Amino acid sequence: MTAVGQSVLRKEDAKLLTGQGTYVDNLHPAGTVFVSIVRSPYAHARINGIDVSAAAAADGVVGVYTGADLESLWSGGLPCFWPVSDDIKLVKHLPLATDRARYAGDGVAVVVAETRVAAKDAAELVQVDYEPIPSVTDVEAAVADGAPLVHDDAPGNQAYTWELVTGDVDKVFADAAVTVKERYRQQRLIPTAMEPRGVLCEVNAAGDVTVITSTQGPHIMRTAYTLVLGIPEAKIRVIAPDVGGGFGSKLDVYAEDMIVIGLARKLGRPVKWTEERSEANVATIHGRDVIQEIELAATAEGKITGVRTRLRAAMGAYLQAVTPGVPLLGAWLYAGCYDVQAYDFHCTGVFTNTTPTDAYRGAGRPEATYAIERAIGALARQVGKSAVEIRRLNFIDSFPADIASGLQIDSGDYHAALDKGLEVLGYDAVLAEQADRRAANDRKQLGIGFSTYVEMCGLAPSRILGALRYGAGGWESLSVRVLPTGTVQVMSGTTPHGQGHATTFSQIVADRLGVEVSDVEFLSGDTAVVPTGMDTYGSRSLPVGGVALYHASEKVVAKAREIAAHQLEVAADDLDYEAGRFSVKGSPDKGMHVKEAAYVAWTAHNLPDGMEPGLEATYVYDPPNFSWPSGCHIAVVEVDTETGDVQLARYVAVDDIGNVINPMIVDGQVHGGIAQGVAQALWEEAVYDEDGNLLTGSLLNYLVPSAAELPSYELDRTVTPSPTNPLGVKGVGETGTIASTPAVVNAVLDALEPFGVTDIDMPTSPERVWRAIQEAKR
Amino acid sequence: MKQIAVTVNGTRHEAEVEPRQLLVYFLREQLRLTGTNVGCDTSSCGSCTVLLDGESVKSCTLLAVQADGHEVTTIEGLADGDTYHPMQQAFHEHHALQCGFCTPGMVLAAVSYLKENPKPTEAEVRLALEGNLCRCTGYHNIVKAILAASGAEA
Amino acid sequence: MIPAEFEYEVAGSVDEAIELLGSREDAKLLAGGHSLIPAMKLRIARPGTLVDIGRIAGLSYVREDGDGIAIGALTRHQDVATSELLREHCGIVAHTAGEIGDPQVRHRGTIGGSVSHGDPASDLPGVLLTLDAELVATGPGGERRIAAADFFTGVFETALGPQDVLTEIRVPSLGGAGWAYLKFSRRAQDWATVGVAAVASNGGAKVGLVSMGATPLRASAVEQALASGADAAAAAEHADEGAEPSSDVAGSADYRRHLVRVLTRRALEQALSG
Repeated sequence: MTAVGQSVLRKEDAKLLTGQGTYVDNLHPAGTVFVSIVRSPYAHARINGIDVSAAAAADGVVGVYTGADLESLWSGGLPCFWPVSDDIKLVKHLPLATDRARYAGDGVAVVVAETRVAAKDAAELVQVDYEPIPSVTDVEAAVADGAPLVHDDAPGNQAYTWELVTGDVDKVFADAAVTVKERYRQQRLIPTAMEPRGVLCEVNAAGDVTVITSTQGPHIMRTAYTLVLGIPEAKIRVIAPDVGGGFGSKLDVYAEDMIVIGLARKLGRPVKWTEERSEANVATIHGRDVIQEIELAATAEGKITGVRTRLRAAMGAYLQAVTPGVPLLGAWLYAGCYDVQAYDFHCTGVFTNTTPTDAYRGAGRPEATYAIERAIGALARQVGKSAVEIRRLNFIDSFPADIASGLQIDSGDYHAALDKGLEVLGYDAVLAEQADRRAANDRKQLGIGFSTYVEMCGLAPSRILGALRYGAGGWESLSVRVLPTGTVQVMSGTTPHGQGHATTFSQIVADRLGVEVSDVEFLSGDTAVVPTGMDTYGSRSLPVGGVALYHASEKVVAKAREIAAHQLEVAADDLDYEAGRFSVKGSPDKGMHVKEAAYVAWTAHNLPDGMEPGLEATYVYDPPNFSWPSGCHIAVVEVDTETGDVQLARYVAVDDIGNVINPMIVDGQVHGGIAQGVAQALWEEAVYDEDGNLLTGSLLNYLVPSAAELPSYELDRTVTPSPTNPLGVKGVGETGTIASTPAVVNAVLDALEPFGVTDIDMPTSPERVWRAIQEAKR
Repeated sequence: MKQIAVTVNGTRHEAEVEPRQLLVYFLREQLRLTGTNVGCDTSSCGSCTVLLDGESVKSCTLLAVQADGHEVTTIEGLADGDTYHPMQQAFHEHHALQCGFCTPGMVLAAVSYLKENPKPTEAEVRLALEGNLCRCTGYHNIVKAILAASGAEA
Repeated sequence: MIPAEFEYEVAGSVDEAIELLGSREDAKLLAGGHSLIPAMKLRIARPGTLVDIGRIAGLSYVREDGDGIAIGALTRHQDVATSELLREHCGIVAHTAGEIGDPQVRHRGTIGGSVSHGDPASDLPGVLLTLDAELVATGPGGERRIAAADFFTGVFETALGPQDVLTEIRVPSLGGAGWAYLKFSRRAQDWATVGVAAVASNGGAKVGLVSMGATPLRASAVEQALASGADAAAAAEHADEGAEPSSDVAGSADYRRHLVRVLTRRALEQALSG
């Protein structure tokens, strides 16, 4: 039996289920001092002076430092790796603000003390002379005439403009029988990985720097630390231990890392910072916060011919690692899975006095999917078609598909996914119940919402990234080493934070090399063990890293074949290979296992002339294309039309992610993704008041849902293997989040259809639902 | 400083604590039992859930001095040697954890709940988890695991 | 999330607690701690001394007393929620205790702590007000009974004096009277956006509101309308009269006014059908 395709239980679980996780805050080298950061309570303020004397004199305090004190430690500001355009304003972003705090939460000073408590107590004693100045937190207010400037060198608060235009858009719109124009608001979200961030740095006498940090990207961090701190990259070891979720928020290059590393070098002691949750809500990146305008041109029957999109995307106060690029990750997808001729996308990045935004699960693609999946609903209303009819009329239906925005979709079958979704749902029965409730004028109305999505992930072909001015490649590096006794090490450049790499990657190798899953040891997340990698984001681990692993395994098999042929004294071509064993064609009892070849390779007593000893290989894989998961998600909601309360009654997800390595793990990814996308639709929203204070600064008021608010999900799959890689796989880490938000909002609107409601902002809170009904009644 | 005696996972610990020492930091930093995690600062997320005299509590919302004379069970003390507690086993078999950070609290909240309601419905399990947040699993498999551990149909 | 420094004293008796409250600067009582400790962790509350009454024996009970039920102030929400006596004779209190916080909170939080915190978004105070419950406080001058109507005086303010210890909550036995407590919140664990308690009484009903002002409120206009013969729907239209709800991220004042009318009607329908 092959391991691939089986729901192998996770290797990762044993330590996590017994409390042996190694999350950063669990680690505590002798002599560690703690850091507490003093943050601006003002959205925008001049810093006229900082008096650290009382804090410095407090019990247990090792040192108190302002931004000016530490400025010499970092050679530049925090990096932005994605300067998307010529007109981008790469504003300076120091780890601690020196002259001006630009958002509530911007760090201005740091206390180092012997204990966590002492650091916290002393931080209260730092006296900062702030001079509040006018601020702006709303993206549209920020571009209005006379808006306060977040950065003096970014007039109009404009960070950049970027566009993508193909086809004769103006003509398509001029010729269109029908057009719809919609405006949507992607509210600001707070990623909320359950483990807040943390970083611990030790520096030895030789100046070797070890940084243990709660990150998705140890390799990216190593490079970033060099860029900011000027430490030779080879002197830095970065360890991502067990990481308690990321969702994009732990991909970023953060001020606190630079502060902790700088202080560890300065003080010669281990230095640790652990984020508190209410600190995380201001200090860790936020997501979304985009105003979207989308126009569709269509024929009288509803066949879409053109899409025009205008975005205003909040950057927040600074450009973090990939902040400007997030909208671009959705730029190709505003026509969704529909066949159109002309395409026009334009985005303006806008500075506001808010926590910087950056990639949050889905990054750009949830926004695009939401816009097109809602806009097609508006079109359906206009041309009098059902949600199902309008989609069937417009689906792309031959693959590979060159899409109007300029890329090529690898594979898919959108009709099949919709068919299956309707079947799992039992569409007719739900429609009948909906009709009954409408006829009875029931207090609780049912709504059915569709999201037939396609997304692009598996980031990413390096040439395309280069064309988009991204500062790094999109390849991944995987190594396989067969040890002399036949167990196998996998060294992975992509590192997990909950996705189950150790299990899934072991399954891939086990099949290629004919070993047990338990014979494979998965190593990652330590640059001293795995020196090369591009890390984990954009649903890339399997479609890029997993494919690299496949190829590395094949290289091992090829070398083992040479060894076996030499040992068996036959030509390499005369060997069959199955389940790890080479056998001589025609004499199947004569053969050698890869494990035996590994021993031969290790002793090196009798290898073919010129062959290097050892049985290991590295493969660096650069994907030729993105991977394009797709599917059909259907939400059924029950709306209390008196209170406005929305209950998610059912959720059906049919996804096509190509071939599946571990169905159990894939389902888990989809479940979690759905919950996050549903949360955007129904509960979560970062809210600032008019002075720029974050009103949702804790888990009391930033509404991450619990099990009590959510149903079980009904999952199914269709499979169109990706032709662009030998495993036939696509990414799955973000599909649920990308697909689910519009499904739920479309369902809410469907429930409110009898009232004539056609628009509602997210989250569709009870109050918003109630107001929408009241306004429609007028 | 106050002198306290707390029995943790069957072992009696006598210690000096500051009155403001939270139980969770007493466990994590004084006893070096780091399986109990801190996920928020508003008693909202449940990552720090432990059993106090057999019942689930949020150890971030108890002073260590309040635990004086009581028995605490943390995730480290749940298994019987190398044998998982049935709830740990169910979480493993049903893939009810991903990053693992909320897991100790989830498992202990579930253990406590099944003592109160040994054969719950799915809806009851969901409501019983109202004070435990998870960002990875969407709760689907956590609920399945708890129902399985209860012997109910998942 | 570490409280500021404070002194800590264990009170062995109510008298000792009263004395400690009188002799220490800025002293606060600690029972289960589930209102106070969260505020202290965020350093919103910074008491000089905590007087821990959690270990005082004999203050955790639910028992029949005269024609009512007496609940010891240190009775945990969990024990209130599962009390057979309350379920039988004053089900609304047991039900409401089960709506507070989450299981972990209910395993530690006490009825006395919750009531003396005086949070207008708290569920039980609104229910106690509806029931015309009595709160028993012991202070330097001895024991006194305070009507719920006189107890809740403002946001986080009660009729308890600086040296008073709330020792008992006395609720009536409802006999077969119908009741309802409807809590509306975004998430199960959240505080009430609005809560409405209704208890059938003399052909009409008593109605109490949560999160509709600085204190829990009685919806007198609703009660009067019912007394004058209005049906539930008509009476409920008066639910927000005299209320002064605030606007916050959970809902605007306007929405709360709307919501309280809907919930009042539903609570009345439920209570009056029993």
